[in-house]
Amino acid sequence: MSAVENGIGASVTRKEDQRFITGNGNYLDDINKAGQAYGHFLRSPYAHAKIKNIDLTAARAAPGVIDIFVGADMAADEVGGLICGWGISSKDGSPHVAPPHPCLAMGSVKHVGDQVAFVVAESVQEAKDAAELIEVDYEELPSVTDVRKAGVAGAAQVHDEAPGNQCYDWEIGDKEAVDAAFANAHHVTKMDLINNRLAPNPMEPRAALGEYDRGTGEYTLYTTSQNPHVARLILSAFVNIAPEHKLRVIAPDVGGGFGSKIFVYAEETTTIWASKKVGRPIKWTADRSEAFMTDAHGRDHATHAEMAFDADGHILGFRVATKANMGAYLSTFASAVPTYLYATLLNGQYKMPCIYAEVQALFTNTTPVDAYRGAGRPEATYVVERMMERAARDMNMDPTDLRMKNFIAPDAYPYETPVIMTYDSGDYPQTLNLAKNMISYDGFQARKAESASRGKLRGIGSAAYIEACGIAPSAAVGSLGAGVGLWESAEVRFNPTGSVTVFTGSHSHGQGHETTFAQLIADKLGVPFDNVEVVHGDTTKVPFGMGTYGSRSLAVGGSAIVKAADKIVEKAKKIAAHLMEASADDIEHAHGVFSVAGTDKQLTIGEIAFAAYVPHNYPEDLEPGLAENAFYDPLNFTFPAGTHIAEVEIDPATGVVEVVDWAAADDFGNVINPMIVEGQVHGGVAQGIGQALLEGVVYDDDSGQLLTGSYMDYCMPRADDLPNFKVEATNTPCPSNPLGVKGCGEAGAIAAPAALMNAITDALGKEIDMPATPEKVWRAAQSA
Amino acid sequence: MEMQGEELINAPREKVWEALNDPEILKQAIPGCEEVIKDGDTAFSAKVKVKVGPVKATFNGAVTLSNIDAPNGYTITGEGKGGAAGFGKGGADVSLEEAPNGATLLKYDVNASVGGKMAQIGSRLIDSTAKKLAGEFFAKFNELVSDSAAAEAPAEAAETATETVAAETAAPTEPALAAPAAEEPKAEEAPAPSASWMRPTVLIPVALAAAAILYMLTKGGN
Repeated sequence: MSAVENGIGASVTRKEDQRFITGNGNYLDDINKAGQAYGHFLRSPYAHAKIKNIDLTAARAAPGVIDIFVGADMAADEVGGLICGWGISSKDGSPHVAPPHPCLAMGSVKHVGDQVAFVVAESVQEAKDAAELIEVDYEELPSVTDVRKAGVAGAAQVHDEAPGNQCYDWEIGDKEAVDAAFANAHHVTKMDLINNRLAPNPMEPRAALGEYDRGTGEYTLYTTSQNPHVARLILSAFVNIAPEHKLRVIAPDVGGGFGSKIFVYAEETTTIWASKKVGRPIKWTADRSEAFMTDAHGRDHATHAEMAFDADGHILGFRVATKANMGAYLSTFASAVPTYLYATLLNGQYKMPCIYAEVQALFTNTTPVDAYRGAGRPEATYVVERMMERAARDMNMDPTDLRMKNFIAPDAYPYETPVIMTYDSGDYPQTLNLAKNMISYDGFQARKAESASRGKLRGIGSAAYIEACGIAPSAAVGSLGAGVGLWESAEVRFNPTGSVTVFTGSHSHGQGHETTFAQLIADKLGVPFDNVEVVHGDTTKVPFGMGTYGSRSLAVGGSAIVKAADKIVEKAKKIAAHLMEASADDIEHAHGVFSVAGTDKQLTIGEIAFAAYVPHNYPEDLEPGLAENAFYDPLNFTFPAGTHIAEVEIDPATGVVEVVDWAAADDFGNVINPMIVEGQVHGGVAQGIGQALLEGVVYDDDSGQLLTGSYMDYCMPRADDLPNFKVEATNTPCPSNPLGVKGCGEAGAIAAPAALMNAITDALGKEIDMPATPEKVWRAAQSA
Repeated sequence: MEMQGEELINAPREKVWEALNDPEILKQAIPGCEEVIKDGDTAFSAKVKVKVGPVKATFNGAVTLSNIDAPNGYTITGEGKGGAAGFGKGGADVSLEEAPNGATLLKYDVNASVGGKMAQIGSRLIDSTAKKLAGEFFAKFNELVSDSAAAEAPAEAAETATETVAAETAAPTEPALAAPAAEEPKAEEAPAPSASWMRPTVLIPVALAAAAILYMLTKGGN
């Protein structure tokens, strides 16, 4: 706890919530410009088809139509296609296959919802009506949607450039060592696991408002982005919209992202491009159907895993083969998710002598798949923790005992895994024991018997997860194929009257940065919490930024703010020394109070800021003003870890799973705002429970049609699906950043699916795949 | 999706055959049908308004008849476009058998699919919509055919100009809704004719259009 009010460690209520809950947020669709036109996309109703002809005659004549664009129009302007920013090489050294990804179809459509034409009209309704009049002559082609079928001989080919639909066939680890370990194994556990495809479902759908200024030649794109500077970089350097200094990207209040708003999509790109073509601002706002069809989906893995043990239950080796569905095109960071964000975490929390993982990424006629809350790490935890639980059952051990036996020891850090990660800190036995106590693990058998007396099946399951967050050291990701560096920037700017504006390259779309970052300044510089304003999401206001994803905002973005605050302190000491006629070396600083050592002379940061901007009495060798920039590039990933334990009760007559108890014991290192952290855990676990019980994107196997295109068929978790969560934290401070923080945004979504499926399969006594719908559970219970 | 079913019609086979090829009867029997136009001996186009849950659209369909074997049956195939609501396409084999008491047993075997919004949004509602539309179609068709059979009684019965008529049946092609519901046929396979029309049969020969739509719906639903 800090000595400062509302400082580090205080559960300050979120200052941004005042405007959100009173309807005063400024979301994209709230923004309107004079002369604004509206855009609507005509989309493919087919999973795969050749476009033989597009006749716009009738549509162009429709009321209110300003212009209509097709793929050839963008190509004529040399506006490039969309890119994937992370290069992955196959086993044979060849680069991944990245077929063309046009914003508007060029002769073919590859998935239901693919953009065919962009209609700009005076109103949304007129644009939609005109789109109905566009005559597209499609020749339907065979399609493939199931990742398990995409690589099979005879499967429909999504791209000519990708024979066998293969994007890459990648490997990591030591195959020979693993083969040798299996040869000596006492016991081998094998599983086939499906990680179901998820639609991200942020509350606010994607939207864009593009505007071109003929006077200055500048474009302004308002967009629902998690990383406006990255969007600007890609739109400038790769898509060729405009040079970076002529393109301003603004991401205002954004209503959730979960990863889906990291990416640069066709719609936003087309909207900004077309705004110059028509000479008017254009707004496009996705409806929920478009969100289901086009927001990059998450997960969709099919995995075979084998784990070898010795007679005592020690892990000898781990072998994993995964097929990952890329969808129809490579999304912005799609290639990295099933490789460096997934297989590098297959070591879990354990001492694994050797690991070998192969990942084959395949194209299908489905919505592109990319990062979704957890991004690769939930997939890894799901494989590792389902395997550990299953292995324990196979060997008649308690699953928590098997984990305890194999944990990396708390004094073993830094710990290098066989899959290139170096864990920097942690105490896995501590979080496991905490979770067991929280849920009264030892009393489970009695509760199970009580449930059985009522005809119910009770189960308990654990997941000891680990994630690599705080993404990430630029040198590390660069060596692994990333096309960008993953540092963060900040500016701390004092105003003459002592209030502070903090500019951050992180982006808040639900995380509470305006509160947490203000707490950092309140703590470090002694400025009252209410006198700190956090500004983000505007490339013109913020120096630069890499955005928010991978639980990186505090560990990387917060660290940049701390570095800028440190520079403020350094300069303020010089000013204070002058004002108090002392040597700068004798100035001591604590929470915004600068004092001369050994005296009662002191000045507050507010007084110093005033002197800096009204420098009537000021050091000659110092610049006026009190504002500092900092860039921070982390030393390592951070490694949040913990154990979640789920307890369920199943009614075998209905197949309904009730999650009756949940214990989350997490080690996030130091915590700035415990209330916000707990909220992040709640939200993450809710999403993980959604994946395990309810959610799943379904395509028709024959036609490739999306069958879960609305909330009637895609089931999201609701409050009554969730128990009261028990959330507690341990703390091994992260040694890799100045705040000692690890990140908490994804942990719940990473831990929950494995814990819950372990509980359900414990209750049923047999394996089923996610989502564990009542029908699936009922069938399993009936055939027991 | 695939679906089979049968329906007992209270009229002699020739009458049923005739009706199946009569655009006017089809138009009256197919729920939401606005027009049926004969484009040729074996081709029809039709316009049918369909609502599946929140998706409402007018489908413009085109159907063709083949394997015409009057009055025993034919194969009907078609495609319907519903604009923003999506599309449907499919076909059905229809056969007519003489049944006791001068009635006719109409059997159909449908294969259809839907795409676009109809598949995305309609799949959960397709079964019930299909049942409802099929029920309405058969009730009306039975009524129309029985009436005409009663009125025209003896004379013309057998002869009928099967060929010309045949062509018309196809009218409403609206395949739109069906989604693939592999599971759906299970419980409903009831053999009793009276029960059969309650099923999601959507597809009648006649109402291809309507049928198609339904199918698609049904197909989608899991």
